[in-house]
Amino acid sequence: MTTAVLLAIIVLSGTLGDLAIARAMKRIGAADDLTHPRHWPQVLAAAFRHPWFYIAVSLMTLSFFTLLALLSREAISFAIPATAISYAAGVLGARFLLGERVTVKRWAGVMLVCLGVLLASIG
Amino acid sequence: MSASLRARTIALILLEVVFASLGELMLGIGMKRIGPVRNWALPALGLDFVRVITSATIWAGIFLLLLFFACYLLVLSWADFSYVKPISAVGYGIIAILGYVVLHEQVSPTRWVGVACISLGVALTSQTEVNTTHGVLP
Repeated sequence: MTTAVLLAIIVLSGTLGDLAIARAMKRIGAADDLTHPRHWPQVLAAAFRHPWFYIAVSLMTLSFFTLLALLSREAISFAIPATAISYAAGVLGARFLLGERVTVKRWAGVMLVCLGVLLASIG
Repeated sequence: MSASLRARTIALILLEVVFASLGELMLGIGMKRIGPVRNWALPALGLDFVRVITSATIWAGIFLLLLFFACYLLVLSWADFSYVKPISAVGYGIIAILGYVVLHEQVSPTRWVGVACISLGVALTSQTEVNTTHGVLP
């Protein structure tokens, strides 16, 4: 029971942390075309000034320490489903919280990655 | 969408994965050299802590993980999270192949099937549009 709760916290806080980073960076990148390397220092500096960056780091820290707590109770293999599920959870969050368009092709890709990560980790 | 944007995105994701894998490897090597924490009393723990923060290998690992994070931030400033995340899983494949070719490790059939699934999934995802939220802010 506790293991399930810990796994849920790891997946949720880790995924929400990633989504919060993605949201901050989307906002920074939306202003101009900043994809050229000469803009990169400016993009990174903007990240550190963005409030969502700190929300993201807090959530990722929570996920990391929950993982440590899980590893102190269970073998490392208990963390594998969390890693695999986080790919699907991340894309689901990107669809509904960030408004990204996830086509059938992208969903198929993500599902194959989830299955692959699961198999590659237990194999 | 320009082909160069897709190429730049995939190149940066690959760089991100390489930095993350090397960084974790360096941290692993550094911590193995220091060995497991056996004595949890404060003075002994303090000594272990000093050994961690004076280890060049650990600092190399931290530096590589910072480079990974910088690449991750940059690529997310123009690419979809749902594009970047699945493609980042390519690291599992690279590690399995490197382990097999360079370190001559045994890779089980289950693991090869997993690597094949990941490769196919990464290939499919990489063909989708890099950015689907142009100008529309969440």
